[in-house]
Amino acid sequence: MLQYTIRRISILPLLLLVITFSTFYLTRWGPGDPISVIAGQVRDPEVLAQIREAEGLNDPIYVQYVRWLGDASRGDFGESYIRRGFTTWEVISPRLWVTGQLGIAALLVIFPIGIFAGGLGARFRGSWLDPTITLSLLFAAALPGILVVAVLQWLFAVQLSLLPVGGWGGWIEIYWIAGIVAVPILDPHIYIPLTAYTLGGFVGVARLVRATVLEVNRTDYVRTARAKGLSEGTVQRRHVLRNSLLPLVTVVAFSLAGIIEGSIIAETLLGIPGIGSFLFQAIGSRDYNAIQALTVIYSATFIIMNLVADLAYSLVDPRIQVGETS
Amino acid sequence: MNMRDSEIDSRSPIDVNKKSMSLTAAVWARFRRKRLGVLSLIVVVSLFVIGILAPVLSPYDYRETDLTSALLSPGSDGHLLGTDRLGRDLLTRTIYSIRTTVIITAVTMLTGGLLLGPVLGLLAGFFGRWTDVLISRIGEIFSSLPALLMMILINATLDERLRGQIRRFEDWSGIDGLISTGAYSYFLVFGTLSLFFWVGSMRIVRAQVLSIRELDYITAAEALGATPVRILSRHIFPNVAFLIILGVSSALAGIAGSELVLTWVGVGVQPPMPSFGSLLFEGSGARTVRAYPHLLLVPGTIVTLLLFCFVLLGDAINDAYRGD
Repeated sequence: MLQYTIRRISILPLLLLVITFSTFYLTRWGPGDPISVIAGQVRDPEVLAQIREAEGLNDPIYVQYVRWLGDASRGDFGESYIRRGFTTWEVISPRLWVTGQLGIAALLVIFPIGIFAGGLGARFRGSWLDPTITLSLLFAAALPGILVVAVLQWLFAVQLSLLPVGGWGGWIEIYWIAGIVAVPILDPHIYIPLTAYTLGGFVGVARLVRATVLEVNRTDYVRTARAKGLSEGTVQRRHVLRNSLLPLVTVVAFSLAGIIEGSIIAETLLGIPGIGSFLFQAIGSRDYNAIQALTVIYSATFIIMNLVADLAYSLVDPRIQVGETS
Repeated sequence: MNMRDSEIDSRSPIDVNKKSMSLTAAVWARFRRKRLGVLSLIVVVSLFVIGILAPVLSPYDYRETDLTSALLSPGSDGHLLGTDRLGRDLLTRTIYSIRTTVIITAVTMLTGGLLLGPVLGLLAGFFGRWTDVLISRIGEIFSSLPALLMMILINATLDERLRGQIRRFEDWSGIDGLISTGAYSYFLVFGTLSLFFWVGSMRIVRAQVLSIRELDYITAAEALGATPVRILSRHIFPNVAFLIILGVSSALAGIAGSELVLTWVGVGVQPPMPSFGSLLFEGSGARTVRAYPHLLLVPGTIVTLLLFCFVLLGDAINDAYRGD
């Protein structure tokens, strides 16, 4: 276990190096060079050569990479090409929190609903309800996010005027009753993007919970709990559900992949100022500094969350031997 | 064979030993009794046929624009499902989008699911040692990356370079139309999708090879002096062939869904080649949806049906394999 932890943690910097180097290489090798973007309308070859020299683009690629790595480790991702005069970090950081809020909210929705659906499926195994739940969640996961956002926007914002068409107002709004009692309610802007973020995630959680609940129900200690006369509710709550939730840590990765996809699609369609919509813009205008910074941020989050989930899993359940090679 | 198979046999109502049924036949027998699985297989096969026959079935050319009949609603004269902003027939565009999905999934399955993944899995499982370590580590790196994001990045940076290469190829070979139809972008999409969809089938195959390699008949073959190539192709491959279908079928929805998002972002299949990604992009603006909902709903319904059937099919094959 210790060996596995060390191996996994030691591979982390290596992974980040691989990712940053390959993205760096790709963006520098890609079409045009950053110079044509910086130079704008200026096409004088002498000026271009000057800029090239000043920006250090004549150095070998690995020298440039090491320089970039040094800057990036201090949070300096260079100037943003989309918004001249701002550093990439200045543009990204406020957007990061918006996507972060949506991502956290999505996880908070995916897990309870997924667990409930999975538990329900296991409880009603053999009846029509169980396959219906699985099928509808599979269908939800098959729905393209683009379609979901566009249809919800049309239905709830345009036709019924219940929700705003787009934009962002934070996740929680404080609603004052008579100016004294503060009631925090979800901001109406969040419902449509949240649906798009979460639809694909339920099925993974629900299926895993269903399978483990069924498995735990067959174990000896559950039989013992029933035999000593505990009520079925107590058995399910105390013995079955608690033990069924452990493996859930492993699907965090699955949900995260959906959230990344959701962030790009939903934020762009709804005009939410997060990093997903910024990535869309950055790709459209070939802002390589921004693309690179976003790749690093997304991948680092993804990799670290995965690692934490894997390690947490074996930590909470010592029976699991994750390091074992099969 | 290994533990897993004997487990299937004991749980299965089909007596495999009686007729010495092969694993593939046993799985097929179980699959046939799954109504949803069979139904989704029928839908997928018919959509594939529609896609392959696209040039025959379509009433119009997918590039043919006619601004005098732009944005017609479904049921208009001569246009069963209406037309888009440039007056292109939506039925034609949808059929060609199915063709795009068919080509993308089929080729990615071939390159990533049938060539790259299984071959690497066979090599890693059979040779072990540093070959295994190398292949498994590379797989680990790829699976710990956010695939969609990396695919977007690769396509965004390589598109122009590929376009240049293809243009040179067109000049050299005299073949025309790769650039002007947008078909060249298929190569980029195949490439990146294959790059990220081989890990699953590699792992499945590797695990199976590891257990087969220890069996007596392999030792016997080795003792008789069979070369590694012969052992791999004649003794091991037939026993893992089915797993490849398993790996491929579970990746279908992921491949088609990724292409959708890539094209929607603008770095996948390039216009004027139709794809569900570009159709949804054109139909998904708030104002467009209100005025011309058919531009979103027609391709949206078809692509949802396709993705849902891919998911159900993969699921049913997986269940049949595990013996449920």
